[in-house]
Amino acid sequence: MRTALDALRARPRLAFALLAALLVALPFLVGAGLGNSWVRVLDFVLLYILLALGLNIVVGYAGLLDLGFIAFYAIGAYVYALLASPHFGLHLPFWAILPISMALAGLFGVLLGTPTLRLRGDYLAIVTLGFHEIIRIFLNNLNAPYNLTNGPQGINLIDPITIGGHALSRPLELFGVTVPSTYLYYYVFLAFTLLVMAVAIRLQDSRLGRAWAALREDEVAAAAMGINTRNVKLLAFAMGATFAGLAGGLFASFQGFVSPESFSLWESFLVLCMIVLGGMGHIPGVILGAALLTVIPEALRYLGDLQRATLGHVVLDPADLRMLLFGIALVIMMIYRPAGLIPSRQRKRELTARDGVAEQEQASLYDAKA
Amino acid sequence: MDILTQQLINGLVLGSIYALVALGYTMVYGILELINFAHGEVTMIGAMVALTVIGLLLGMAPELPGLMVVFSGLLVAIPACMALAFAIEKVAYRPLRRAPRLAPLITAIGVSIILQNVAMLVWGRQYVAFPAILPQGQYEVFGAHITDLQLVIVALSLTTMAGLWLLVERTRLGRAMRATAQSKEVAALMGVNVDRVISATFVIGAAIAAIAGVMVSAYYGLAHYHMGFLLGLKAFAAAVLGGIGNIAGAMLGGLLLGIIEALGAGYIGDLTGGFLGSHYQDVFAFFVLILVLVFRPSGLLGERVANRA
Repeated sequence: MRTALDALRARPRLAFALLAALLVALPFLVGAGLGNSWVRVLDFVLLYILLALGLNIVVGYAGLLDLGFIAFYAIGAYVYALLASPHFGLHLPFWAILPISMALAGLFGVLLGTPTLRLRGDYLAIVTLGFHEIIRIFLNNLNAPYNLTNGPQGINLIDPITIGGHALSRPLELFGVTVPSTYLYYYVFLAFTLLVMAVAIRLQDSRLGRAWAALREDEVAAAAMGINTRNVKLLAFAMGATFAGLAGGLFASFQGFVSPESFSLWESFLVLCMIVLGGMGHIPGVILGAALLTVIPEALRYLGDLQRATLGHVVLDPADLRMLLFGIALVIMMIYRPAGLIPSRQRKRELTARDGVAEQEQASLYDAKA
Repeated sequence: MDILTQQLINGLVLGSIYALVALGYTMVYGILELINFAHGEVTMIGAMVALTVIGLLLGMAPELPGLMVVFSGLLVAIPACMALAFAIEKVAYRPLRRAPRLAPLITAIGVSIILQNVAMLVWGRQYVAFPAILPQGQYEVFGAHITDLQLVIVALSLTTMAGLWLLVERTRLGRAMRATAQSKEVAALMGVNVDRVISATFVIGAAIAAIAGVMVSAYYGLAHYHMGFLLGLKAFAAAVLGGIGNIAGAMLGGLLLGIIEALGAGYIGDLTGGFLGSHYQDVFAFFVLILVLVFRPSGLLGERVANRA
């Protein structure tokens, strides 16, 4: 195994081709091996990777603790839903709506960022959390006197993404092979995920990315180095929110239905757990975290079958049990791998170093005392 | 005028409950700088345990006076919550004392999920009704109604807060807590058993949370496995509003938040010409919080600390 990996490392082009082939074949492999419902899970994995990459910019790169990230996801989704559904009778094409979703979510990101510029650490956390609740309550209640969001019922019959005249909600006949809808969405989501991933990677070592790192480690020192902390913070909020808006738009078209229930605070926590669990600020870690935390709860659904097989009947409803196990997994993971599954090299060094300077650095990392 | 007095009374009652829960957040934060998200769930467990005891007692001896039954429930709920908080701190938070800052936060979220789901398995998904056994007297004050229950809630909250104040300001343990909050290292050098003080902080916060849990379920007449979540969020907002880490701030923040919410819910219809209704009640807490923090980034009573990273 190790030698095979080394061999691949020596031939980056071959490795790239293999990875590309794997990504293309993945829905067919998963569909054949586990059933088509798992391809749907795969689609959600990609959506959550998009979200996690977005939140990673805010929390992982810039060190701003955002507990209300899903609010931007909700905004993106509702913009899509309003502009492409019978609710207002508007049916704009998706390539026209997605930029609007992203722009509006980004604008809200700046809107949230502006009053919170002076806040640090946990004060910022509660404000973002409050912002999320405000958005959710408005989505829930803006059905009267003017029906904007249709309240708790949500918006139905949202148009699917249409590419080249083919709506992705219908299976595609291609060279005699029928490609189901979830597979088609997989490829669209994959394209967007790769794009966002490329942006995130390029951002990390850019001038802006380094400014974010400086801001994260020491705001005062960053300002002293001539970094405009205000603009840099706002950019972090706006970029994270824009990614979330994109993911929201994709989610709305994929699901065909949005309601405030999909955007609970738990979702925000879940995405935060993804990036912390995987390894904050480190893109492979973030992707792993998003994939694991999407797949694990789904896999835990099979606990019912397991109980039936071993005990003869279902003792505990798996729906009740899976969130419990999820919570236990979070606690245990944090005790044994507090820096995440794949921490970035820098974080690993900071966590294992024994000298005083490193310890101080560790104490100040993501630390924003008021 | 009547509405104003009425909403002020309602707000004061609600606010004193928020204040009690906020104390638990603020004490833990003051010492560990940890947002203990599981605290709301501890409150919920307190309410559930008390309701179970109340149900059992009513089954065995229905002739007992209501107030006594409820207090017995409370007397069981308090140690139960204390034991729970002690265990949570020991198992989930203590191993993470030196971990990066976000790790304990994730653990807290994990513990919160665990407690909610355990409560769901034990007490079910349904709302648990609070039996109508408490005295139902009503008084008129300045044209507004105030019930016996409201009086008891406010009185009990104020007593609890006064007790906590005495504990923190006048006892050896309180002094150790304040010292630990300032600096764990120096406190340890002065002979303070820091681990024990941290444990004690969690346990005291949980005892207060149990009281708040029983009061909130008695006030609304029901309890639910999910009730701790929003209550916890609002209490945390109250703690931040007052200046997190500051005990007087948590009390002030809680009371203010309750009053703002009640007034907001009472008047928003008139203010917006009927555009927004009282179902926006929950928005106020967070809206005011954001507004206050914009102008006073460290809360109302929070110390102004020079920027340092």
